Amino acid sequence: MNENYNISASPHIRDKATSSNLMLMVLIALLPATIFGIYNFRHENAWLLVVVTTAVAVLSEYIYQKLMHKPVTIKDFSAAVTGLLLALNLPPTLPLWMGALGSIFAVIVVKQLFGGLGQNFMNPALAARCFLLISFTGRMTYFVYDGVTGATPLANLKAGETVDTMTMLLGNIRGTIGETSVLAIMIGAMFLLLMGVIDLRIPGTYIVTFVVFITIFGGHGFDAQYITAHLCGGGLMLGAWFMATDYVTSPITFRGQIVYGVCLGLLTGLFRLFGGSAEGVSYAIIISNLLVPLIEKVTLPKPFGKGGEK
Amino acid sequence: MGFLTFKGGIHPNDGKSLSKDQAITELLPKSDLLYPLSQHIGAPANPVVQKGDHVLKGQKIAEAGGFVSAPVYSSVSGTVKGVETRLNPTGSKVACIVIENDGNYEETEYEPIKSLEELTREDILNRIAEAGIVGMGGAGFPTRVKLSPKEPEKIDYIIANCAECEPYITADYRRMLEYTEELVSGMRVILSLFEHAKGVFAIEDNKKECIEKLKDSIKDELRMEVQVLQTKYPQGAERQLIYASTKRAIHSGMLPADAGCIVDNVETLVGIHYAVMEGRPLMERVVTVSGDAIQHPGNFKVLLGTNQQELVEAAGGFKTEPQKVISGGPMMGFAMMTLDTPVTKTSSSLLAFSEDAVAKEKPAPCINCGRCVEVCPCRLIPARLADYGERHDQETFAAQNGLECVECGSCSYVCPAKRPLKQSIGAMRKIALANRKKN
Repeated sequence: MNENYNISASPHIRDKATSSNLMLMVLIALLPATIFGIYNFRHENAWLLVVVTTAVAVLSEYIYQKLMHKPVTIKDFSAAVTGLLLALNLPPTLPLWMGALGSIFAVIVVKQLFGGLGQNFMNPALAARCFLLISFTGRMTYFVYDGVTGATPLANLKAGETVDTMTMLLGNIRGTIGETSVLAIMIGAMFLLLMGVIDLRIPGTYIVTFVVFITIFGGHGFDAQYITAHLCGGGLMLGAWFMATDYVTSPITFRGQIVYGVCLGLLTGLFRLFGGSAEGVSYAIIISNLLVPLIEKVTLPKPFGKGGEK
Repeated sequence: MGFLTFKGGIHPNDGKSLSKDQAITELLPKSDLLYPLSQHIGAPANPVVQKGDHVLKGQKIAEAGGFVSAPVYSSVSGTVKGVETRLNPTGSKVACIVIENDGNYEETEYEPIKSLEELTREDILNRIAEAGIVGMGGAGFPTRVKLSPKEPEKIDYIIANCAECEPYITADYRRMLEYTEELVSGMRVILSLFEHAKGVFAIEDNKKECIEKLKDSIKDELRMEVQVLQTKYPQGAERQLIYASTKRAIHSGMLPADAGCIVDNVETLVGIHYAVMEGRPLMERVVTVSGDAIQHPGNFKVLLGTNQQELVEAAGGFKTEPQKVISGGPMMGFAMMTLDTPVTKTSSSLLAFSEDAVAKEKPAPCINCGRCVEVCPCRLIPARLADYGERHDQETFAAQNGLECVECGSCSYVCPAKRPLKQSIGAMRKIALANRKKN
């Protein structure tokens, strides 16, 4: 009798969830915002920028890994998520080559050079967006809707003008491709919440903290119209639900996630109210990304039986 | 609905329907019997028989090698063939006494008692120690030692671990249904040792029939109660069970007795009943044989020392060629490379699976999703601890409470990157504990 059955350490069973199907669920959740964006900016041919940015992200990962003789991991969908998220964060009129450059920067510089999946310390899509914003400020802040150039509602709000919160909720406004429709973003976010891919800890504390901050410092007190405009304007919703919740660049501890959410809310409020530009979500997120190791260190949970949660 | 529980844990497919309705059948061994000298935590037992000796069923063949140790008894009558080094179910090679079964099952004389009053406290403890009773849920800790806390008057609860939270295993379930009286009697014996203690049968809410049956048979017992727990893995882990049942939390440096608790599993309590009331040593246990590769999954009362190959034959053989066979549950059991191992005091089941879920998936980098943190019943950060383990960073591992891990495997189970988290943590823990002992 020498059957040579498989040997491995316990446990001998595994849950069905895999990294790639989690990423795939994020891609699916981004579809409503993507489809709406492509439709909303149909005159600007936004679809082309979305396709190019996403494809270049996947391709960069493939070529880099081939050149470095590493196993190719494009099947885990993480490069596709990065590319699509970047596209949704770009103005629809951006030249295609700039989108492609952003993708290359995101995947190669921010992700692969630091060790690939799971090793990057900043959200690749947002780091690339900030890179493009600094390099091509003009093109990155050039917003068009329905052929008409102008300021985004958030910029109008900052200038003290009134804005229509209903159109901001639906998304028929100027902005980046994926950020305009809060409705479409929320459909995707609900999907992720229901599937257990994300939970409320980070987006919840982020949004609550931000609301508290602008209530105190916004100069409008608790003005529902003003607060709604801030929540629906710019990249707050896209950032809170899809980028602040990025597993790799957010804390793993529960209390850490709460602290992280508070940091995001404070920084976003600070940048939006007191910063030079109307928007502040991207910078708030990548700066908070840098605080993650520190946050984790001070929020290490107490173990069971030593005063920890039971 | 049971609401008593702990935080964390998982809900794997429990696979219990394969065998839960199969009544316990007795299985008599055909080939030689193997008795490992180390079927428990502590010093190995010392053989007291020699090659060529004739032994009876119930005769002691090895005596305890110290206070934390346990004797071993022959479960058949026959001839001692010698002491050989053989594989045990956990994968290590250990010294085993080999006995050739003569098929007559001639038994020694036992000394049954009619009532517990005939015995003093010391008598009871001695009977338990002499019978070779150890924790039969899997740990194999000598029960006599467990029942001798420093301050016996401070024990408030005797918890019968009826959770059986491991998937597929139904041995305790069947024991509870078919040997309810023996189980309750075992509890009565322990309660007689601790006058202030209350006996609690802690059962998961998926075992409705057992809950009814137990409630019915203890309705006249003033010191016993049935507690219904939420069905969740690892509800039967000692620390989690104590918390679910009493809301007292202990850490790795404490004993259950420090929280006024003693936990014994179903099979152990039944063993205690036989040992004390009938004077019979530990010679048998119930084993579940199940898994998708088994023709007729079922529950068997098996004599200790029986070759595991015979369990598969008793269950109708293999339906399909298995890729993996496991001694114990799928969460904490041991994968065996061969079936040529004996049933020991701690073998609760033999599982055979046509597909190996572990070999199917390749480990990938951690994506920091936090699922392991969510499920960890010890409130640790398994992903980080596994990193420290892989890097042999013992200091950080210990500083971040790696030694608190109970190795339940929930983290490895949920990890979407399929990292063998428990394996890395477990390996580091072993090294850290060994080093701690040295210093």
